[in-house]
Amino acid sequence: MSRSLEPLLTSRYGIEESWKLANAERAGAYEVARQALTTRKPEELREEVKKANIRGRGGAGFPAGVKWGFLNRQDGEQIYLVINADESEPGTFKDRSIMDLDPHRLVEGAIISCFAIDAHVAYIYVRGELAFSVARLEQAIADARQAGYLGERPFGIDHAIEVYVHSGAGAYICGEETALLNSLEGRRGEPRLKPPFPAVKGAFGMPTIVNNVETIASVPDIVQMGGDAWSALGQLPGDGGVRIYGVSGHVKNPGLFEAPVGITMRELIDDYAGGMLGDRPLKAVIPGGSSTPVLDPRRKVDAPNEDHPLHKWHGQSEIDVPMGVDTYRALGTMLGTCCAIVMDDTVNMVEACRNLMRFYKHESCGQCTPCREGTGWLVDVLDNLCNGRGKPDDVDLLVNISNNMMGNTICAFADGTAMPMLGMVQKFREEFMDAAIHGLPDGVRHDDSVRSMVEGVA
Amino acid sequence: MAFALTPEREQQVDDILTRYPERRAALLPVLWLCQRQNGWISPEVVEYVAERLELSTAIVKGVVTFYTMFFDEPVGENVVWVCRTLSCDLRGGKAIQDHLEKKLGCTAGHTSPDGKFTLLKAECLAACGQAPMVQINDYYYENLNVAQLDRIIDAHAAQGGEDAAAEFSTCATFGAPHGSRGGSVTSAPPPPSREAVRLASQPPPANDEKGEGS
Repeated sequence: MSRSLEPLLTSRYGIEESWKLANAERAGAYEVARQALTTRKPEELREEVKKANIRGRGGAGFPAGVKWGFLNRQDGEQIYLVINADESEPGTFKDRSIMDLDPHRLVEGAIISCFAIDAHVAYIYVRGELAFSVARLEQAIADARQAGYLGERPFGIDHAIEVYVHSGAGAYICGEETALLNSLEGRRGEPRLKPPFPAVKGAFGMPTIVNNVETIASVPDIVQMGGDAWSALGQLPGDGGVRIYGVSGHVKNPGLFEAPVGITMRELIDDYAGGMLGDRPLKAVIPGGSSTPVLDPRRKVDAPNEDHPLHKWHGQSEIDVPMGVDTYRALGTMLGTCCAIVMDDTVNMVEACRNLMRFYKHESCGQCTPCREGTGWLVDVLDNLCNGRGKPDDVDLLVNISNNMMGNTICAFADGTAMPMLGMVQKFREEFMDAAIHGLPDGVRHDDSVRSMVEGVA
Repeated sequence: MAFALTPEREQQVDDILTRYPERRAALLPVLWLCQRQNGWISPEVVEYVAERLELSTAIVKGVVTFYTMFFDEPVGENVVWVCRTLSCDLRGGKAIQDHLEKKLGCTAGHTSPDGKFTLLKAECLAACGQAPMVQINDYYYENLNVAQLDRIIDAHAAQGGEDAAAEFSTCATFGAPHGSRGGSVTSAPPPPSREAVRLASQPPPANDEKGEGS
């Protein structure tokens, strides 16, 4: 089993003024792009990315190499690369670090990727709040262009490449790839019906690949090491490489950590994030952004059957299963963005759930009725539970509303709301029933805070 | 009175238009330019943008109202967004909001009586490991405590946004207390079981032992 001992993705983060071209180049930036564009064929590069088994880092975990293979260009069509930097999934804060601390890695990845998929233009769609990241990226792009790495003849070859930054304006839904494309085209960020998928008809009606920032930023390492070697850094089959893990909430050292695919949640919390804040017990952890169903450390993996993908971990805690796209799906949750929200035993799950459902109510684009109405009703019911106006039936009502949202809308937003809601009720049902009968217990504030201000701060 | 962009910004619009195969795609970037100049998207701005990009005012207005960051009414000199999503609330986001409401003399969603600050609740601003945090205008202020927040707000009131950001924003250090690391982020010692790179900063000491709750 191989481990990544040296940081790859984040190797330049520690360099003084790492975002400047000269400093990044001294640490190797653009060497891979130069080599790839001047000595390799696009199909070879595509093959490396495919062999790398890189699962999309934006949350859905689709293999990026396979996605690239879906491109279907008709005569005269132009291919676009769109990089999704609309990082807004609650709990997720990894892409911003790439844009702020090593923008040249993203630009280099974009150059190689454009060459590999035969695109001439890449758009980086950055969420509107990140004005600072936009400025860093624009400077990086201008410097790379000045150096001859972008423009009409990047590295002297006959394949024009331009990279543009497009700023959003505050809408979580624009992280959904078709909503993002609408937003890029100057429309309201409402998701489109699929098919046609973006690889067939995407930006401006042309075949388009939409990839997450971290996915594209991994491309230079993949090309340099070779897809097989990069894939082998991960510890799970079909799920390769290293990734940036994030931890927020009740841990001693919240932050970002680079590690191979396949560490466990327990390792992430205890070894990387320094353990629980104040050494309190871990109550629950949302593994990869708020749309991924919660994990309960008390629950054991139930996989007695030898064919079950999780049989190896039968009887162990949920948080001891290696974090991978497929392992977590088998566990009934999702790996998502790999950025965990950790909650200790002082958190009331009904209250936490209400906080998240308010997020979804606010961010629903309103296009589909089950989502627009469903998110509102979930918040109303949870408000009642939190305010002592609940009824025991309300718990099943939450389940009922969620089930009526799943699969009934244009995009995955409604599923991304219903799944964590159902997970919460399934795993912490007693707490919801308790709230329905007695309201929130003493000590939990009955306003909209999950937890009162921490000591030494207020 | 009709709205017009400054000549430099007009130049930028021309430049933006070259980036896209369709004129309409320039809508968000042009709205941003206008809002930076005008402070908000007034009806006059909507008319200007519609004419410049050859769109109907209804289409422009429809886009403006979809996105939270475009203001369709005037706002204060500084706009304060306080993150209230789960990761921030687990570490005191609500108390940050309460404190701001008291200090600024207005509730979330409103502008302070002196017109200097508009206070808004925000959904996840992607700084979860550096919670609690606020965004003021274009900049992030992370790993906050109330004393630090007071200094930041006072600086905005006294010096204006850009100067205050230069002094206090944690953008350039990715969450680290400003000035402490000169913009670079170092790796922490590896955890016992394997190598890892720690990227974000430690919370400031006052925040460190906040496990006990209240």
